[in-house]
Amino acid sequence: MSTVLDSKIPAGPLKDKWDNYKNTIKLVNPANKRKHTVLVVGTGLAGGSAAATLAELGYNVKSFCIQDSPRRAHSIAAQGGINAAKNYPNDGDTVWRLFYDTIKGGDYRSREANVHRLAQVSNNIIDQCVAQGVPFAREYGGLLDNRSFGGAQVSRTFYARGQTGQQLLLGAYQAMSRQIGAGNIEMLSRREMLDLVVVDGKARGIITRNLVTGEYERHFGDAVLLCTGGYGNVYYLSTNAKNSNVTAAWRCHKRGAYFANPCYTQIHPTCIPVSGDYQSKLTLMSESLRNDGRVWVPKKQGDDRHPQDIPEEDRDYYLERRYPSFGNLVPRDVASRNAKMATDEGRGVGETGLAVYLDFADSIKRLGRDVIEARYGNLFEMYERITGENPYEVPMRIFPAVHYTMGGLWVDYELQSNVPGLFVLGEANFSDHGANRLGASALMQGLADGYFVIPYTLGNYIAGNSFSAITGNEEAFNEAESAADARIQKLLSIQGTKTVTEFHRELGQIIWDQVGMSRTASGLRTAIDQVSALREEFWQNVRVPGEPTTYNKNLEFAGRVADFLELGELMARDALEREESCGGHFREEHQSAEGEAMRKDEDFTHVSAWQHTESGHVLHKENLDFENVQLTTRSYK
Amino acid sequence: MANSMNITLKVWRQAGPDVKGGFETYQVPDANAHMSFLELLDVLNEQLIKEGNDPVEFDHDCREGICGSCGVVIDGVAHGPQKRTACCQLHMRHYRDGDTIVIEPWRAEGFPIIKDLVVDRSAFDRIIASGGYISANTGAAQDANSLPIAKADADLAMDYATCIGCGACVAACPNASASLFTAAKIAQLSLLPQGDPERKTRVKSMVDQMAEEGFGDCSNHAECEAVCPKGISISSISRMRREYVKAMTD
Repeated sequence: MSTVLDSKIPAGPLKDKWDNYKNTIKLVNPANKRKHTVLVVGTGLAGGSAAATLAELGYNVKSFCIQDSPRRAHSIAAQGGINAAKNYPNDGDTVWRLFYDTIKGGDYRSREANVHRLAQVSNNIIDQCVAQGVPFAREYGGLLDNRSFGGAQVSRTFYARGQTGQQLLLGAYQAMSRQIGAGNIEMLSRREMLDLVVVDGKARGIITRNLVTGEYERHFGDAVLLCTGGYGNVYYLSTNAKNSNVTAAWRCHKRGAYFANPCYTQIHPTCIPVSGDYQSKLTLMSESLRNDGRVWVPKKQGDDRHPQDIPEEDRDYYLERRYPSFGNLVPRDVASRNAKMATDEGRGVGETGLAVYLDFADSIKRLGRDVIEARYGNLFEMYERITGENPYEVPMRIFPAVHYTMGGLWVDYELQSNVPGLFVLGEANFSDHGANRLGASALMQGLADGYFVIPYTLGNYIAGNSFSAITGNEEAFNEAESAADARIQKLLSIQGTKTVTEFHRELGQIIWDQVGMSRTASGLRTAIDQVSALREEFWQNVRVPGEPTTYNKNLEFAGRVADFLELGELMARDALEREESCGGHFREEHQSAEGEAMRKDEDFTHVSAWQHTESGHVLHKENLDFENVQLTTRSYK
Repeated sequence: MANSMNITLKVWRQAGPDVKGGFETYQVPDANAHMSFLELLDVLNEQLIKEGNDPVEFDHDCREGICGSCGVVIDGVAHGPQKRTACCQLHMRHYRDGDTIVIEPWRAEGFPIIKDLVVDRSAFDRIIASGGYISANTGAAQDANSLPIAKADADLAMDYATCIGCGACVAACPNASASLFTAAKIAQLSLLPQGDPERKTRVKSMVDQMAEEGFGDCSNHAECEAVCPKGISISSISRMRREYVKAMTD
């Protein structure tokens, strides 16, 4: 039966909620913290910052990552920057404005209180990172530099060349490393979480598999923090790293945690286009490029002249034309949809026709090549390596690609899922970005959750609960470990004719075609049938080579693709259920005459949280109350 | 198809850490000039799986040259022939139809082989844990702009900070030294005022830990700089040495 979820938003005016919360929570005595073990799964910005901070506070932390080192989590690949409401440029920024832009950018489908807290702690993040030695870009006077990102009319983005994610992650990794060296964090690398263990109704442990030896391990403690990132790899081709996956979150979902808004996915407008069917992943070109690059396609269909031979009057700078006030810096969902519209009209460029130009010629003329090189040199180099073309001379060819997932496990204001003791941080939760995430906000959210939110909310949970002594030999652990092993044995025993990658590609194509930039009821119904059929075939015909007891990447991937095959269907169901267009979720049935997204606030101002049951998925709703912001049609015109 | 290529691969295969390894030769008849090097290995692996053989294991993740997961020696050069490029960003357009390519794992005492091309680089994590950080507990920071840092220093610190921890420097060094990796972190933090309070203990602990992990010393071959996918300069190593001498003599 469907219920209405309680988000536990604190009382009081919006700007006081977080302070009110902090003033009234229960605290754990410093001497008692070391008696509590916290399991932190994932070491990206959210997991790394949480593990370091909790260990500094005195908790006994165990940390897990699937890569060979915590420094390799995919946050490292974030390029452009991190937002904060410092207002150093004196251009009118405030906490309120950052909050408002983020709520509006998310197309009014996120929680006011969470987003306001995010904006409030944004400034602390920058302070913290500078103290750790993160080398942000600076002006000649020695002070920090800012740039602009989509969906904002102020410059509030801090950056470290095109490698901001790397530098922030290394900051968190180094803070963690200090705690590892001090013996406060036990770091377990090359481990994959295969199940959540719930004892007496509380999340108390996890089952992991050692990816080198294949051994199963039981870890237990008083809380589990899931910081395992998003599920963009359901599309096979995405900007996510190859190891990024939904398995840990999905197994929690199957143990009772609700999965919220799975259909909210972000298709990033500026990625390097697909070149062939061997393609294993897609590469993002940072949104920061839209500060100085102009997006255009030829006015005429099928104009296959070299871009330099197409004169100004035959070019359509469609973003500048349609959205004069934001121009090339419209939010990602809007930019992506417009690129799709241009290519659907037959005005795409390049060999495949599935690309648009991002042109720096005007900026190079205005600012000089040196300035452009200082701003984006490493991105231009990366582009040239991949495509063999020089973007200083020929416009970049770009096309949208899957980049981020706003949906994720449902959490309340305390970042706690509906399973007590299971907290979800960063991209893995659904909480702050609504139906579309603005650029430079993912880094902000990951670090806000880990450095500044969870230290308080976890303490409140620990201080307010009692924990029975456990040993890892409880029936729940036995059952979870045998279930994980049975799955692995089953995957290896099928020995069919199709590889894991072949299934993954097929799944990705279905989801991209039907649950991608544009969705229809009939397409979504088709997707549900196709994914369900593909899943059945997978379990009868997949071929997984090798042994369970050695390093075996195909076996790892097989387990993850199996979970994607379940998630993919839920995404389509969620998209079908949401009979409106909002943010990245565009239902063709719900658009204006000009092709802009049309929300249906009276029916859909809620979070859709899906419960997994033996007999199928049940939908629960959390109503979103807007007390401070008026819902309007999002316009960037 | 104009872009298609037939490539011969000689790949190091080793079933586990304590097993003897050796080269195996494979044909990839349907390679393509636009593929990345790792996509070539993907194609080989799909072929091997279909034939009922075990695929070649190699570490990889972001495939954008930033996570530092991938790294193999290609025709004797760590990360292959293209300067300042991790092997995930190397593309097959740099090869010709009919080429033979030899692929080996990083070889160094500090990086034991796990399987095929996969090695254990956890020694790098232990070097960082020995002192490669600034001790600043969450919440204790002052306003970010209260500490101006000259742009030139900040930019140089950033040059060193771009290290991706892939280990190519170790693989290329005749002494299997981890000096470039260790020095890049020391140089970054010694250029920033925030790093000053711990500068002496940091350099001592990190240099000692590097030796303890079985990495050799630097004897100025500069092979590390030549293969570094981020182009980190060996000037970092002279900085590390200066810091070390200062720390020992003060």
